[in-house]
Amino acid sequence: MAAPAVKQDGLHDCRDAWARTIEDLAAQDPRIVVVVNDSVGSSKLGGFQKKHADRLINVGIAEQNMVGVSAGLANGGRIPFVSAASCFLTGRALEQVKADVAYANFNVKLVGQSSGVAYGELGPTHHSIEDFAWLRPLNNISIVVPADAWETAEAVKWAASHEGPVYIRLSRMPVPDLEVADRKFAHGKAELVRDGSDVTLIACGTMVHLAAKAAADLEAEGISARVLNMGTITPLDEAAIASAAHETGAIVTIEEANIHGGLGGAVAEYTASSEPVPVERMGFPGFVPTGSVEWLFDHFGLTAEGIARTARKAIGRKRA
Amino acid sequence: MSTNDIAQTIREKALWMRRRAFTMVFDARLGHPGGDFSAIDIIATLYFGVMRYDPKKPEMAERDRFIMSKGHATGALYTGLCAAGYFPEDWLNTYMQPQSKLNGHPNRNYLPGVETNTGPLGHGVPVALGIAIAGQLTNADYRTFVLTGDGELQEGSNWEAAMTAGNRKLGKLTLIVDRNRLQQGMGTEETNGLDPLDDKFRAFGWDVEMVDGHDVDALLTALSEPAGGRTKPLCIIANTIKGKGVSFMENIASWHHGVPNAEQHTTALEELI
Repeated sequence: MAAPAVKQDGLHDCRDAWARTIEDLAAQDPRIVVVVNDSVGSSKLGGFQKKHADRLINVGIAEQNMVGVSAGLANGGRIPFVSAASCFLTGRALEQVKADVAYANFNVKLVGQSSGVAYGELGPTHHSIEDFAWLRPLNNISIVVPADAWETAEAVKWAASHEGPVYIRLSRMPVPDLEVADRKFAHGKAELVRDGSDVTLIACGTMVHLAAKAAADLEAEGISARVLNMGTITPLDEAAIASAAHETGAIVTIEEANIHGGLGGAVAEYTASSEPVPVERMGFPGFVPTGSVEWLFDHFGLTAEGIARTARKAIGRKRA
Repeated sequence: MSTNDIAQTIREKALWMRRRAFTMVFDARLGHPGGDFSAIDIIATLYFGVMRYDPKKPEMAERDRFIMSKGHATGALYTGLCAAGYFPEDWLNTYMQPQSKLNGHPNRNYLPGVETNTGPLGHGVPVALGIAIAGQLTNADYRTFVLTGDGELQEGSNWEAAMTAGNRKLGKLTLIVDRNRLQQGMGTEETNGLDPLDDKFRAFGWDVEMVDGHDVDALLTALSEPAGGRTKPLCIIANTIKGKGVSFMENIASWHHGVPNAEQHTTALEELI
């Protein structure tokens, strides 16, 4: 059996990588500013605040203003990173994200913290599982979903160098480092975590690790599962999906998000019109009941076992 | 140029803008002429008496910025930008035609001189605030002007931005409220009243000036930057008349998005001389 693609020791909160990286970038580039909604602590920006106090713009609990201000900062030649809980950043300020950032096409970086169901028991008001569906139809804005600390740092560096709107979706849940040889950050490209020929598991963010574990488990029973880390949802790596459909004949998507309109929706839209193969979408069907993150993952089958089970189902749907 | 000459130029430009905007609405069979006409004297005063800009360098870092938050009044904005030299006059003939750069609401990616995309109300003040903060961070000398409708101030995002602007003491930020007291269906005060508007802004940490928004001399005085600058953002409440300049439009709410017939078009052009 091949070694699992996930290191078993050492978990990291990706917010630490975000905070370190933005501090370093700000030291190098005076145009970088961070805009927050009383979210200094939850964005781990205490260090940034100490080092670059004048470049931390805290508008208070006012998300519409926060996003509008960021568009104005971009107009004034700054490179704003807006850092806030993703539920409020994308939900409360959605019209500002649409009109002021995406439609106006300003060089604004939105960093959604504590996304998915990271707030667990706090409930659906604080979950951010609709964000992909809200932002995917908006032109100009790229959606980037790092899976671990390394990818988070690379995504933030890439966003700073890219001219145009970006949404980086981070979690607060500790995750291991993905173990992939010779990693190079390639925006818009799926990362091959593990090759396989019977089914492809396409995951993003926190779910990539579970998909890798599921693939290792499936190998023990003779099923060869490919695992793709779809770290960019917009623009979508259609070539990687086409290859997966063509070469493995079945796809499972796994995201810590609503199954309507997110990664699974994007993959299903593409395959339905270009490479029709069975696609099983894993995630949340809508508002979730009360429960811890771990309980919610387990309840909705977002575990290595659940993913393996769904992979077998997808394989079973292949036409003879 | 003397102050009198400047004021005379502004009045001439405003007259041209009204005539041109009304014909644009007549030709397009679409538009918001009532709010165009309440705002035109303000916009003409900004572009021909107050702001520093170079239409050949619309991205110049040190330019003064004007944000048209009441983005539906494109008849006023587009004629103003055209008169200021940002694009040729024949572009105005394409107003709202298929593929036109002159969309019903302004798009900065289509037209030079448009600072941000507006249309949904309550977006301009936060963006202007961000521009002013960028200027504050870099010790830039530019001024930022934003024009809102009065009914638009019912949107809460304006007050989020007003609070931040007051707290940050953004003396280079000027908000002008086109106080025509009418929104699309009826009066502001009978819809969701704004008065006392001046006290609201003072309470948020702003300087407030009240002017006749059609008195060019008064606008020039209110918009001039005092020696040494300001230590607070400035709100100019410009009392205006919706449809100003055309007898049958003045103070009639239905001209918010009214479209003239041929006879009304002719009558209006006869009055606008």
